[in-house]
Amino acid sequence: MVEKERVQTPPKGGVFVAHARVLDAEDIKRAIQRMAHEIVERNHGLDNVVLIGLQTGGVMVAEMLTEALSKISGTSPPQGTLDVALHRDDIGMRPVMPEAVTDISVDLDGATIVIADDVLFTGRTIRAALDALCDFGRPKEIQLAVMVDRGHRELPIRPDYVGKNLPTRISEIVDVSPEGVDLGTVKK
Amino acid sequence: MNSIPSRSLLSIEGMTKSDIEEILDLTDTFDEIGRRPIPKVPALRGRTVATLFFENSTRTRLSFETAARRLSADTMSFGAGSSSLSKGESVRDTVEVIEAYGADVLVVRHPDAGTAQRIDNWTEALVINAGDGCHEHPTQALLDAYTLRKHKGSLNGLRIAIVGDIRHSRVARSDVLAFTMLGAEVVLVAPPTLLPPSLEGWPVTTSYDLDEVLPTLDVCYLLRMQNERINEGLIPSVREYVADYGLNTKRAATLPKDALICHPGPTNRGIEIEAAVASDSRSVILDQVSNGVSIRMAVLFLLLGSGRNLVEVNDLEGEK
Repeated sequence: MVEKERVQTPPKGGVFVAHARVLDAEDIKRAIQRMAHEIVERNHGLDNVVLIGLQTGGVMVAEMLTEALSKISGTSPPQGTLDVALHRDDIGMRPVMPEAVTDISVDLDGATIVIADDVLFTGRTIRAALDALCDFGRPKEIQLAVMVDRGHRELPIRPDYVGKNLPTRISEIVDVSPEGVDLGTVKK
Repeated sequence: MNSIPSRSLLSIEGMTKSDIEEILDLTDTFDEIGRRPIPKVPALRGRTVATLFFENSTRTRLSFETAARRLSADTMSFGAGSSSLSKGESVRDTVEVIEAYGADVLVVRHPDAGTAQRIDNWTEALVINAGDGCHEHPTQALLDAYTLRKHKGSLNGLRIAIVGDIRHSRVARSDVLAFTMLGAEVVLVAPPTLLPPSLEGWPVTTSYDLDEVLPTLDVCYLLRMQNERINEGLIPSVREYVADYGLNTKRAATLPKDALICHPGPTNRGIEIEAAVASDSRSVILDQVSNGVSIRMAVLFLLLGSGRNLVEVNDLEGEK
């Protein structure tokens, strides 16, 4: 569940109010394009590159990256989705959702994995994802692509590809959708 | 996700359709974990699941223990044969001892109906009924419903026959409740002596004639025929039961091509089911076994790990 939905779900049940549109749909496309080029450059092509979108917000980012990568290189890298709910350190504080499917059908041994997510915040989701991915094999390398890095890291985790660095207050909420990136707060 | 509070799972009776559907939906998530190269998640680290089996079992016990371990819970196991029960220790003492060792969930099987309920009254730990006498076996019904849903898409409108010793079967009781709640039509097939004395209030039909029912079915669910029923005089002989109610190759041929054959195990090959039929392409008996682990992971997780109560006390602000 993306953060906007989560804060609007009972028992919290607030309403997300956007204050500023940080990126519009075109900006997102350009950022994806640039990140795709960076992925190809850094890995000298797409050999053994696997994209893993984190449920649920990262799946869209992974799909957009895959599309851009296939236009650049002519081949589209294998893609998977991962739900980290059962690997979280705050398990029990968020629901495990049946619709957030883990689907990794490629062999991850020796692969270069690019984790894709919408927003990088405390880093705890990524910690859980690293943990979960290692149950699928021994990748050669794991890299991280995020649409927005909003700061406030609580773990030694840094992104390799960033759509937008966005300084935020800890109480603010960043919402990423195909229409754009919004910065807002939750009104009770 | 709000309808099942963190509480014991004692029977299908009392559950709602949405409770059951929530568990079945969640089971897909745990089924996927079972197919991973390392089929284990840290979701229930530090929790302890104790199995208390006052009656023998292979699959129920092993699948609960496997489920607990796949969720990284610790397991503790109590078997009536190897314990101080034979020295005269009471069930209540046993429960208190196991609770003192820190069990969070007690998985209980007992030959007397209502034992899981009684234990639930004594203990702070959560209780899962893994079969109490002739009463209920809720996780079996859940895994059966999950298996049928996986093969048929939905239970709605399915015609299911449950064949055999309905009278003494906790599986049949739980299955009837779960299947009908999910929209299936259930027909009980057995000799009159093996039907319950009263079927009042059960949303089922009955038949004494398996051959007549078979061609109309989507699912043929066979129950284990216990040898002690012969000594009790409920059936004249095994041979006569096999002749009238055993699913042999000839009978299986009259079952529709897309029908499913189920059995809760352990099967008596050559009695309620012929060996060749148990390995028929329509038989989903082994699927039932493997789905048992996934269903029990979902149940354990819902009881212990989903922490619905936690959500209210912990602030999620500033978490991503």
